[in-house]
Amino acid sequence: MPSQQSRSGTLVMEPEQQDFTVTYDDVRLAFEENQVLQGISFQLRRGETKVLLGVAGSGKSTILKLGLGLMKPDSGRITVLGQEVSSMPEEDLFALRRRVGMVFQESALFDSFNVEENVSYRLREEHVAEDEINRRVIEALRFVELEHTLKKFPSELSGGMRRRVAIARAIITEPEVILYDSPTGGLDPITSTRIIELVVKQRDVYKTSALLVTHRLQDAFTMASSYFDTKANEMRPVTAETPVDTNTSFLIMRDGKVIFDGSAGELACTDNEYIREYIS
Amino acid sequence: MQLISPVEIVKGNVLAVQDYAQLSGRALKNIFKQPRYVADTLQQADLIGVGSLPIVVLTGFFTGAVLALQSSATLIKFGSLSLTGQLVSLSMVRELGPVLTSLMVAGRNASGMASELGSMKVTEQIDAMRALGTDPTKKLVTPRVVSSVVMLFFLTIISDLVGLTGGWVVSLLLLGLNSYQFWNQAYQNLVAEDVTMGLVKPVIFGFIISTVGCYYGLSTKGGTQGVGRSTTQAVVAASVLILVVDFFITRIIMSWFGSGI
Repeated sequence: MPSQQSRSGTLVMEPEQQDFTVTYDDVRLAFEENQVLQGISFQLRRGETKVLLGVAGSGKSTILKLGLGLMKPDSGRITVLGQEVSSMPEEDLFALRRRVGMVFQESALFDSFNVEENVSYRLREEHVAEDEINRRVIEALRFVELEHTLKKFPSELSGGMRRRVAIARAIITEPEVILYDSPTGGLDPITSTRIIELVVKQRDVYKTSALLVTHRLQDAFTMASSYFDTKANEMRPVTAETPVDTNTSFLIMRDGKVIFDGSAGELACTDNEYIREYIS
Repeated sequence: MQLISPVEIVKGNVLAVQDYAQLSGRALKNIFKQPRYVADTLQQADLIGVGSLPIVVLTGFFTGAVLALQSSATLIKFGSLSLTGQLVSLSMVRELGPVLTSLMVAGRNASGMASELGSMKVTEQIDAMRALGTDPTKKLVTPRVVSSVVMLFFLTIISDLVGLTGGWVVSLLLLGLNSYQFWNQAYQNLVAEDVTMGLVKPVIFGFIISTVGCYYGLSTKGGTQGVGRSTTQAVVAASVLILVVDFFITRIIMSWFGSGI
């Protein structure tokens, strides 16, 4: 993979590789005897949303944590926004992480902070002016339709509301990449659809690249077959009359390996028996 | 039940010591680096310092009081009851003030730190903090270390003073000594070595309490049960470490001043 060393010592990608926001190249990871990832390779294009599917324990969440440098792979290279995170020291990773948003599986909101403090956390760390913070917090919370919960604490919110606050916290700095770790896990179907609508809205309105981990097939297919209508302010299915490119692809994992990486159309035509059984 | 080999146990312990040393080193290094979390440090100082004041005052007072009472039984046999002030003063300033205050603060704050950070760890809040571009050792550990060291220093001074007051109350009311005799003995016999020992110890103990509490909190695994385990381990480890380190500090300072054997 052509690359060059920057003055800070981190690897910077060549211009032709700038189209990819995230690249995994033969990534391997084991916990003692357990091989969690066995040579994972894929790329995420700018503006693309890739849905990571697989049964529980197949290593989906681990992939996201590796992408953010929260864990280190045993071997292989991971490049995020042109910087190789797999070999970067923790100190250097903090600056890169400010350009990437992450929504954790269980929201991971700071329980001693209220909604406003949670959402504005990163802005306060960057010493943004108070007026600007207030404006952007309201804007982010309005995006997830929770602007009335400013002073509530996470313990006072429902599971779905917590996920939406976590999304607001992730998007407030307008990140170039968002990593969603099972944003609909453990939620009822109506709330799940609402969360997926927000993910689609973020994809279509802000064109943010995203990796989304889920084990719910219906979420993945909703994402691939829906677009966000900004005029109607709601998610709508793609039809023959509205042939919108949803820019969504699928990556299916099994036992720490990628067994499928492609579009919804390719997925429908696959002859892999495991995948056919999985999606049926 | 699966048996763990002794080599694995030793390896695990060596790794734990290495991780603890790294965390302590980073916490110290962060003091000289931006950003500095002044508000968090002040909040922790309030929690550790002001919050621990009642137990430190109570412990100090009754330790001084019982010290006077116990020593009087021996001193009176030699006709040296007037030395009660000296005995209480030396014992409190050199040893009991710093050690008992530290043990009280360890019980209260090392457990608090371990449970707070442990809960944050198991609910992925520590990972979320890292994901949001904040170094948890800067935001969570360094403020706790700085405030523990500073507040324990002052808490020990307060404990020494309150302990002497406890000894004086017993000497005055139960032993029939006069106030001048007690305070004169208590003050006149204190030398630089005693004060140095009494003030160096809380600084080191404060560092031990906070780093041990934070280390166990940040290395918590296994849900709420893990939080409980970390909390207990933090208090036990901090208390044992305080007593062990106390011996070595005493020995070193006595050698410096040439008063040891």
